Amino acid sequence: MAAETATVDVKCNITFGPQHPVFPEPVQFKLEVVDEKVVGAAPVLGYVHRGIEKAFELNDFKLNPALSAKICGICPSPHTTAYCRGAEMLLGLEAPPRAKYIRVIVNELNRLHSHILWFGLLGDAVGFESYFMQTWNYREKVMDMLEKITGHRVYYATNGVGGVRRDITDTQLREIETLMKAVEEDMGSIADVVKDYTVKKRTQNVGVLTADEALLTGAVGPTLRASGIAKDIRMTGYDAYGEVDFKPQTADSCDAYGRAVVRWKEIYQSIEIIRRCLAQIPKGEIMLKTPNTPKGEAISRTEAPRGELFYYMRGNGTKNLERCKVRTPTYANVWPTVTMLSKGCQIADVAVIVLSIDPCISCTER
Amino acid sequence: MPGMNKIVLKNLFKKPATRKYPAEKRPFFENGRGQMVFAKMENCIFCGLCSKNCPAKAITVDKAARVNTIDPLKCVQCGYCADACPKDVIIMQSEYYPPQYNKKVRSVKGPAKAPKPDAPTADAPAAQ
Repeated sequence: MAAETATVDVKCNITFGPQHPVFPEPVQFKLEVVDEKVVGAAPVLGYVHRGIEKAFELNDFKLNPALSAKICGICPSPHTTAYCRGAEMLLGLEAPPRAKYIRVIVNELNRLHSHILWFGLLGDAVGFESYFMQTWNYREKVMDMLEKITGHRVYYATNGVGGVRRDITDTQLREIETLMKAVEEDMGSIADVVKDYTVKKRTQNVGVLTADEALLTGAVGPTLRASGIAKDIRMTGYDAYGEVDFKPQTADSCDAYGRAVVRWKEIYQSIEIIRRCLAQIPKGEIMLKTPNTPKGEAISRTEAPRGELFYYMRGNGTKNLERCKVRTPTYANVWPTVTMLSKGCQIADVAVIVLSIDPCISCTER
Repeated sequence: MPGMNKIVLKNLFKKPATRKYPAEKRPFFENGRGQMVFAKMENCIFCGLCSKNCPAKAITVDKAARVNTIDPLKCVQCGYCADACPKDVIIMQSEYYPPQYNKKVRSVKGPAKAPKPDAPTADAPAAQ
């Protein structure tokens, strides 16, 4: 007589990271796997924590934009914009109109180079290393333009409390228009990845996050918009976004391929927004004289390339802030990632799923 | 990827995207923020505004010894010192700081203190 046998699923724990060739920054995911299928995930963060929120309180509040630009290397412009807008709210001021347009132009150029960077990382995760190299070469044109406008390729410390510290000359405005044409031409090659058969096989139906789950777990940015929900902080019309016609770009497929499509559409949208700003930019002053007494509480939100960036600031009348809390978009997207990973994906899909939210771990851990 | 064939053919006949560094160096754009330099020390009045406005606390101003010091490894090239200086002593140059083997700071000596002009002598009140 055959004995009754029962099968038991043996769970293994596999650690993914913190050193991994596919991640740009150190993050660890402890995966629970059954036979190649992932059934649970636990993130471990804290490898690049630098204590920036405390450092905000130790400096004069007018010097802090130089520090907030250091939180992230790929998106320094939204951080400084959010900080300066928060400080201006504490002082009861608004930046002059030309400064608002310059902030929007630098923010959108930042979004352009960040999304082109992400396409390179996506190609690299799927195995196309030459594509990664070529895409980052196209990105160099945008970074050269940012160096001409702001003075440095990566560290754009041009936002100041009360406006912007550096003006854009008319020659540079014409050069930005030439750059937009060059980027549109390059997009033909960059966007090949969205049409490729291998990439579609690796990203379609991988990392599915339905619209209800996205709202429940608090997803932001392209991760949210790929689930069909049209929410973007630029719709609130801060800075000069109210004066350029802006609509959020969405996709309906709720998977990693949908996020690639949303970022592809956003590149074209950024080019349009920059062109409208170049046509409408007013003349005038760029920086106001501001008092030294921030008082009260302020919340300022901007749309970073990865999602909604949230700054809460509190001042008590002295020139040091009492508290400056930063909630970055990748911080909000960690729980949706864990939800996506726990649904039973393959181990080989973990890299694609984590990359599809565009993780910026130095932002998350400040 | 069929689209890649087009790029491969184009790159066969193009110059390489890399530069033969250090024989060929990248020309910097003007108005860049690569390093800060105490360019016009003869105008310096040692007010200390550059040091107070440095978010990284990389500048030390010694008024008694008339010496300014910049720690290039702490400097973040933000340009706040150049904006704050009332006498335009500091300028931002496009070329980056050169790499260093050890943590050395750079000191620059400034002009000696200008002597005070002689105080006007008060006329003795007319004796009556």
